[in-house]
Amino acid sequence: MTDGGRMTELRADLALVADLIPAGSRVLDLGCGSGDLLAHLMTTKHCRGTGVEIDPGGVLAAIRQGVPTIELNLDTQLGQFRDSSYDVVVLSRTLQAVHRPGVVLNEMTRIAPRLVVSMPNFGFWRHRLRLVGGHMPRSKDLPFDWHDTPNLHHATLIDLEAFFASQRLQVERRIVLDEEGRPRPGRGANLLAGSAIYVLGRA
Amino acid sequence: MSRSLSGSEGVGVVSTSVERLFTPARPLVLANGEVLTEVDVAFETYGTLNAARDNAVYICHALTGDAHVAGYHEGATSPGWWDNLIGPGRPVDTDTWFVVCSNLLGGCQGTTGPSSTNPATGRAYGLDFPLLDMADFVTVHRALGEHLGVKRWHAAIGGSLGGMQVLDWSLRFPEEIELAVLVASSSRLTAQNIAFSAVGRQAIMRDTSFHSGRFADEGTSPDTGLAIARMMAHITYLSEEAFNEKFGRKSQHGQIARGFGIDFAVESYLNHQGETFLSRFDPLSYLYLTRVMDYFDPFADVDALDAVRRHPVNYLVMSFDTDWRFSTEHSRRIVRALESSETPVTFREIESPWGHDSFLLEIPAYHDTIRAFLECPRGVVDA
Repeated sequence: MTDGGRMTELRADLALVADLIPAGSRVLDLGCGSGDLLAHLMTTKHCRGTGVEIDPGGVLAAIRQGVPTIELNLDTQLGQFRDSSYDVVVLSRTLQAVHRPGVVLNEMTRIAPRLVVSMPNFGFWRHRLRLVGGHMPRSKDLPFDWHDTPNLHHATLIDLEAFFASQRLQVERRIVLDEEGRPRPGRGANLLAGSAIYVLGRA
Repeated sequence: MSRSLSGSEGVGVVSTSVERLFTPARPLVLANGEVLTEVDVAFETYGTLNAARDNAVYICHALTGDAHVAGYHEGATSPGWWDNLIGPGRPVDTDTWFVVCSNLLGGCQGTTGPSSTNPATGRAYGLDFPLLDMADFVTVHRALGEHLGVKRWHAAIGGSLGGMQVLDWSLRFPEEIELAVLVASSSRLTAQNIAFSAVGRQAIMRDTSFHSGRFADEGTSPDTGLAIARMMAHITYLSEEAFNEKFGRKSQHGQIARGFGIDFAVESYLNHQGETFLSRFDPLSYLYLTRVMDYFDPFADVDALDAVRRHPVNYLVMSFDTDWRFSTEHSRRIVRALESSETPVTFREIESPWGHDSFLLEIPAYHDTIRAFLECPRGVVDA
């Protein structure tokens, strides 16, 4: 992203998402926030694309970065994007906050052949420990109080992957992240991952 | 709202210039093939065109606007119609941008229109004035650009009918416009829009003083019809909420006195709107300009987006949530067409209780968006 010409650091998980997107792609970023990912992709990888955001502060910040941004509701208004009109559609840490994740995934599959979806892992050991101790999960990946959270749906990575399969989505690649957002190799992801990034294709 | 909340003093005292841009030697050929041999254009400019000639911004006005968009005319107590948007430190910052606004063709505020003198007859054109098309407005804007030495505009900005001109211009000559801003606009009027438009025209044409458009020769004017057209249109410019907020069911005279006179405050307001309109607007211009809006439908042409696919323009489309003249769905339709042709487009629906008229008001989210869009660094969004 540029800030008066100065390159600034892209958030760690967004940098990983950016690495998954081929240069020159047309990218639709759903829940683009302040447009950092698209601004980065446009300046460093010759990508084009559109951000979608509902938060007014995010929309204005994205416009300030020169990112074409459409203010709309993911739950009801994705129908305005044409079939297969993008190469990649990105949904970062947002699937758990939409009303009907199945509908949104279905729309995304219609809009682009490749999906990049990241989501916090509710099965992370720290969350389980909180529940055993009698409290709702909280962590860096789930920073909200139960009564003040945008998250409507809670899934472990195992649940999530079963859901992808039921939506006829094939996991082409999975990057498991630790609590600090660093890639974390090895087994036991459902217990040890704070979140994960998936590259999905039409099965 | 005569002074901007930003506290700056605006562009100061300004005046309208008039230039004859089309002559018998270089006539204006209209989209329908007809020719006008004399066209004067009234315009104002603010700020300074830089050496690279790349800081120019064109403002396209709406149905009843004029070239006087910012600042004060000598001795005037109220400023130009979009003064809250344009000036030093304002969202369209005249310390940065060279701003141009002209009265459109067919208008009545200094640019040639149907009440201008027909050089062939020495009398007002009346209904002999040719029917116009959105493209004709743009042809004249481009001629003014040529006159001023501007080939490419940093931005073209318009609300309502102004946004339609920006859309037409940017679709047909995308290489001439870097940023296109369309506020509370439409790419195609609905049956309801056309219905209101039709009743306004009928009010004018059925006025017994209309005389088939030759009222100037008769020394009269269809004032009743024009006032009624304006009153009715004005109802569509505000939301129900805005009418409630402004007037409620308040009586004009302190207490309700049943009868057919002006009793409610809203009646007095509309009456005033109608009356003041007579001093600044021409009945024939009202007919010609509203008709252009009715026929405008650029996306009906299957090739409409070809040029902008080759030369992407960055679009900003905005609507207001209580606007029922050109509702958000009108803007979304434009966004869908542009976005599906892979043209970079930004869209916002701004919350405002004031209906269609919101585009003329100083609403922070709206003005902040225009400023951010005009000023953000670009150069990589070029397909």
